[in-house]
Amino acid sequence: MNEQEELKEVKKTVRPIRGVIILTGGSLLLLLSLMLAVSLGAADIQLKTVWQAIFQFDPDLQQHQIIREIRFPRILGAAIVGSCFAVSGALMQGMTRNPLADSGLLGLNAGAVFMLACCFAFFPDLPYLYMILFSFLGAALGAGIVYGVGSLSKNGLTPIRLVLAGAAVSALLGALSEGIALYYEIGQDLAFWYAGGISGTSWNHLQIITPWLLLALAVAMTLSHSITLLSLGEEVAVGLGTKTGRVKLTASIIIVILAGLAVSVVGAVSFVGLIVPHIVRWFMGYDYRWIIPGTIIYGALLVVLADLAARIISPPHEMPIGALIALLGVPFFLYLARKGGGMV
Amino acid sequence: MKTIEVNKIDVGYANELIIKNLSISIPSNKITTIIGPNGCGKSTLIKTIARILNVKGGAVFLEGEEIHKVDTKEIAKRMAILPQTAEAPGGLTVYELISYGRFPYKKGMGSLRKEDYEYINWAVDVTGLTEVQNRAISALSGGQRQRVWIAMALAQGTDTLVLDEPTTYLDLAHQLDILLLLERLNKEEGRTIIMVLHDLNHASRFSHYMIAMRDGEVVTDGTPEEVMTCANLQQVFQIDAHLARCPHSANPICLSYQLCQAEKASACCSINSASKAYHQTASG
Repeated sequence: MNEQEELKEVKKTVRPIRGVIILTGGSLLLLLSLMLAVSLGAADIQLKTVWQAIFQFDPDLQQHQIIREIRFPRILGAAIVGSCFAVSGALMQGMTRNPLADSGLLGLNAGAVFMLACCFAFFPDLPYLYMILFSFLGAALGAGIVYGVGSLSKNGLTPIRLVLAGAAVSALLGALSEGIALYYEIGQDLAFWYAGGISGTSWNHLQIITPWLLLALAVAMTLSHSITLLSLGEEVAVGLGTKTGRVKLTASIIIVILAGLAVSVVGAVSFVGLIVPHIVRWFMGYDYRWIIPGTIIYGALLVVLADLAARIISPPHEMPIGALIALLGVPFFLYLARKGGGMV
Repeated sequence: MKTIEVNKIDVGYANELIIKNLSISIPSNKITTIIGPNGCGKSTLIKTIARILNVKGGAVFLEGEEIHKVDTKEIAKRMAILPQTAEAPGGLTVYELISYGRFPYKKGMGSLRKEDYEYINWAVDVTGLTEVQNRAISALSGGQRQRVWIAMALAQGTDTLVLDEPTTYLDLAHQLDILLLLERLNKEEGRTIIMVLHDLNHASRFSHYMIAMRDGEVVTDGTPEEVMTCANLQQVFQIDAHLARCPHSANPICLSYQLCQAEKASACCSINSASKAYHQTASG
């Protein structure tokens, strides 16, 4: 009896404590992997030099230059991209109760790439700030078409059906992007967007992205409780007084912004938004007030590590990180699909 | 005193109205049950009362205020709903899910206050879930899961509970268990309960007030005694019912039934000798 009561006490408090531990642990891991990522690569740099490059910057040293101008933006870019994809995936999964939701699988990424291709073809000198806006628009377009195609089917939108629609629409938009690239001879510009690569990220990009990112993440956090309720089902959420229409609209805008941002940096990388929320849920439970911060950290961690791996597997060549993440993502997807797409 | 007034509502999907110009009042502190055949609009009606569906015309009033116009969070403090197919993520614990019932009272990201914990603990207690409160919902039986949802609705601390087929998919004992719980909440706490039930005998045994629907219209409403008549059941369900008295509530129940055939109709319409025989065996 006593034992039982003790057990209850422990369990009631276990989630928040566990959550804090997992968030702190994740932050430390992320910090560690960021440092590793800065020091390892085509040119190995000692951690001490990294330290100096931050705090005692000497513009004459080539290594300091590499660190400041190439590695830092690239690695921060990787972290940002990871958070963006992961949070957009978590929001989609929670809001639509679709365990297979991911910006890559549901056509948002392909849509964003398509719009970027159009940018390159028709407005080649467009500043990055405006390209991002087109990227948002593209993500919205992709999602719109996928949901449109999906809801044409008579038996309604099931997760698998949406993924199928996503694959078809992505293939179509991909082909169109490639056609545009060929016709306007912009294949070089677009190449890294297909495969996924962060090597081109500059401070300038990060400066433009960061305000969007912070805004989107802040809104995602404020929505998190309502997303939890939506994950219980629309009717339950209404019964509890959630303004479901408003929440869904806001969340959709945030999802499009996050996916669009990430694609504008790294290209159409799938599966980050699929994998990370599932793993975070496994550890932290089903409350999106924990899941959202968890996906911010672990999404960043995954992509930073993937980018690191991409650089050190066969230097000086770089693997496309999209392919590396797919190595994890495809088996994970098959596992989830086999499980019957259990509840989110 | 009426809790809910439904005033000439039109409800429907796309261009097709399911309910046209329907008006009904639902009494306070009573158990009201809506019955009717499949597709009669009873689910549509209860979803409209619960503001899950919007009205195309007319209005629903909760304690005098128009339910689709007042802030939905305010409504959630006065009326809790349990949808027909509530399904939670399996990994959620019982306590966590029940705690979401306090959402209408929270501001921003605010965590639970003392009062919230009191409501949650009371809801856990009154639904008999203390033993399993830290289990994952996926580890519970269907009957227990339904209790969890009811507990969540109770944690909302509302005077009115709206339930759409709370006993569907449960076995006989668990159905009764849920209904006895609702009856207790009504008797001991005076909560207004509005629900859709498929089982006529349960409806008759547990309700103070019944609404029988067919083709999107209210055919008849009143006490179980008034609604559970052969003529009404024939009109609503197109069945020839053999009625008897429930040994527990003394309300009419349907002992057995035949599909209606026009020429044979009303041959058996009364609480007939069969029920007397039944009573004798029941009491003897």
